[in-house]
Amino acid sequence: MSTDAVLTKRSQEEDWLPVLELAIQEVFEIMLRCQVTTAAQSEPRPKGEFTAIVGLAGALCGVLTICCDTKTAHRIAQAMLGDAAESEDQVADALGEICNMVTGNFKNKLAGTDERCMLSVPSVITGAEYKFRSLADGYSLETIVLFEESPIVVRLQLHS
Amino acid sequence: MDKIRALIVDDSSVMRKIVERSLRQAGIELGKVVEAGNGAEALLALQNNVVDIILCDINMPVMDGLEFVRQIATVESAKGVPIVMITTEGSEAHVVQALSAGARGYIRKPFTPDQVKEHVLPLLGAKV
Repeated sequence: MSTDAVLTKRSQEEDWLPVLELAIQEVFEIMLRCQVTTAAQSEPRPKGEFTAIVGLAGALCGVLTICCDTKTAHRIAQAMLGDAAESEDQVADALGEICNMVTGNFKNKLAGTDERCMLSVPSVITGAEYKFRSLADGYSLETIVLFEESPIVVRLQLHS
Repeated sequence: MDKIRALIVDDSSVMRKIVERSLRQAGIELGKVVEAGNGAEALLALQNNVVDIILCDINMPVMDGLEFVRQIATVESAKGVPIVMITTEGSEAHVVQALSAGARGYIRKPFTPDQVKEHVLPLLGAKV
């Protein structure tokens, strides 16, 4: 399955980065009651100790990933729960839900895509010793946001 | 005022806790809260529990929320219990599908406690 041809054209003509950044900001403001700021691309990358992944299929086909270090993932879970996470599974669950909401919020903001695009349930990789290679070979977006001064990398990769 | 018994269906345990907290923040006095990780678990839970409201995700493994809403029509003890979908799926088509299947409300994630209050309170009527 590949991305809808019209959307491929739109992704080349429109700048979807502000849409993705707004989707991220809204999720953190509403669900964690905190603000994230967009960081410069020169910001040091976090150790990718927690990586949440949500797949898109249909009009948009690809993956959205959110990557951060362990300490940040625990702080995200704590902000969501209002208390420290009980286990690493709960931390992974929290980051997966953030990824799910960011992906859904982004998709819902792109007119004409939402009803023709499905999301997978989230998956979360823990541990930094891996390489992630998506078969998505088309449009790619990446932003780094700072959550309580810690970087989080959000990347969208779409099939052409 | 009776305490409200709720069934919360979501494959994320974190999200189930957030939904429960949002109900409390909405001023709803909760009694027993039953949790289920997917639609099939929720149907099983309803065999042993009577609830006043069901809040249900759509995108779940094993049995998704839309199928759960369709199948709940066969559960005698759940007849008339209002179901509110809480999901990232925000399209009109999904809303129509959920309401056609029998859901009474639809909340898009991310959501605020005020949105939960706005959608859930009217469905509880005289119980709150």
